[in-house]
Amino acid sequence: MNTSFAPLPTTASKSASVASTTTESIVFAPTPQQAYLMRIGDTCLIHAQRLAEWSGHAPILEEDIALTNLALDLVGQARALLTHVGAQAGFDEDQLAFLRNERDFLNVTLAELPGRKAGRDFADAIVRNFLLAAWMNVLWARLEASSDAEIAAIAGKAVKESRYHVAHAADWLVRLGDGTDESARRTRQALDRLWPYTAELFETDAIDTAAAEAGLGPLRVALQAEWRAVVEPMFAEAGLKVPATGAFRSTGSKGVHSEHMGYLLAEMQTLQRSFPGGQW
Amino acid sequence: MAAHDPVASPRIAHAWRVLHEVLDPEVPAISVTDLGIVRDVIERADALEVVVTPTYSGCPATEVIEQAISEAIDAAGLGPVRVTQRRAPAWTTDWITPEGREKLRAYGIAPPGSCGPDSPSEGRTRGLASSPSGGSDGRSVGGVYPVRLMARNVACPRCGSAQTERLSAFGSTACKSLYRCIACREPFEHFKPI
Repeated sequence: MNTSFAPLPTTASKSASVASTTTESIVFAPTPQQAYLMRIGDTCLIHAQRLAEWSGHAPILEEDIALTNLALDLVGQARALLTHVGAQAGFDEDQLAFLRNERDFLNVTLAELPGRKAGRDFADAIVRNFLLAAWMNVLWARLEASSDAEIAAIAGKAVKESRYHVAHAADWLVRLGDGTDESARRTRQALDRLWPYTAELFETDAIDTAAAEAGLGPLRVALQAEWRAVVEPMFAEAGLKVPATGAFRSTGSKGVHSEHMGYLLAEMQTLQRSFPGGQW
Repeated sequence: MAAHDPVASPRIAHAWRVLHEVLDPEVPAISVTDLGIVRDVIERADALEVVVTPTYSGCPATEVIEQAISEAIDAAGLGPVRVTQRRAPAWTTDWITPEGREKLRAYGIAPPGSCGPDSPSEGRTRGLASSPSGGSDGRSVGGVYPVRLMARNVACPRCGSAQTERLSAFGSTACKSLYRCIACREPFEHFKPI
């Protein structure tokens, strides 16, 4: 994410470190309020990584561009949050993104579930994007009132970007859900597959409570009614039935991830792990 | 945007004139002041501070713009210069100046409409946003949250016709979408209101 164009280190001592094949992970033990923000920043980051898998592979060129443009916004939002939290703990955005271990990532599981490379189709990408974009939109809108001025400022920008994300995903949700038998079937399957992971988006715990008490941001449970008011009319228009919510609860935002997360991080982190401090 | 203060020091007035020539690397038809991202120029004890508000969270041009500003101010002999970021209030396309809008149009990019108080778009539709032949079929009325937004009545920057249609919600950069003029058949980019 560092976009300065510094050359790779060339002195003898630095060459030695570049030649090593791995980098020590950082240990970051966030406060509850920092964890609250890392949940959001990590969700943006990991969701962006999955969206970026579509680069060069979307069904049409316009979607190739759209999905990666969405990813770009999300990376920007993640950068802002990770930079802000990292500054409180002595880490920069790159260290937090590329040198944390899996258990230290706090994104919701929905963001990390397998994507295109694992054979998931375009309908899957659209449904996930719709579910997450609508959630981010109602979350950013609340964060505009954060007691942390920097978070309020980041949210003020991101909420406008997220509206375009929701709009784009909703367009496709209706087009696919209300399209051919094949597109409708695939969209329905994607929704049924992903829906159980949405319960986590509205779970409230000690981290949530600490953030809400400090005025940092809303309880996640408080987002549920607004979120449903956004997504349910779109499901209806797309001819999709809202699945029942069972007892399953995913736990990514507690640091306990699905089996897919390690592979995602291996790919995302490999450059910094192999070439410590490398810039481009 | 921050107005040119008529009683500002010559150094600040000169800096604003220099900034007016610093072009946006992604839309090189307009300058950073046309775009409205330069919010302030302040004479500090140690440097001339140029306050910039980024356009999009993930805009890859942000660092390039800051570098271009620094180099231009330095080259004009007005340095040392320091570029700082101000996130709030968030940048909006409403800050693009009338002159900037005209430059965009001349360059072939339809300028953004007004954002209004809470909408990123000058038009809201419940119909299929990108499918003029499809659209609302009567089932989608009533209680629909205005989720799907699109800019309507975007005038063609070449022939001026309002008979246009959107081809793609996203274009070569995050800030633009692709349109086509039905009257003159030319494709064009539209700077999205945000």
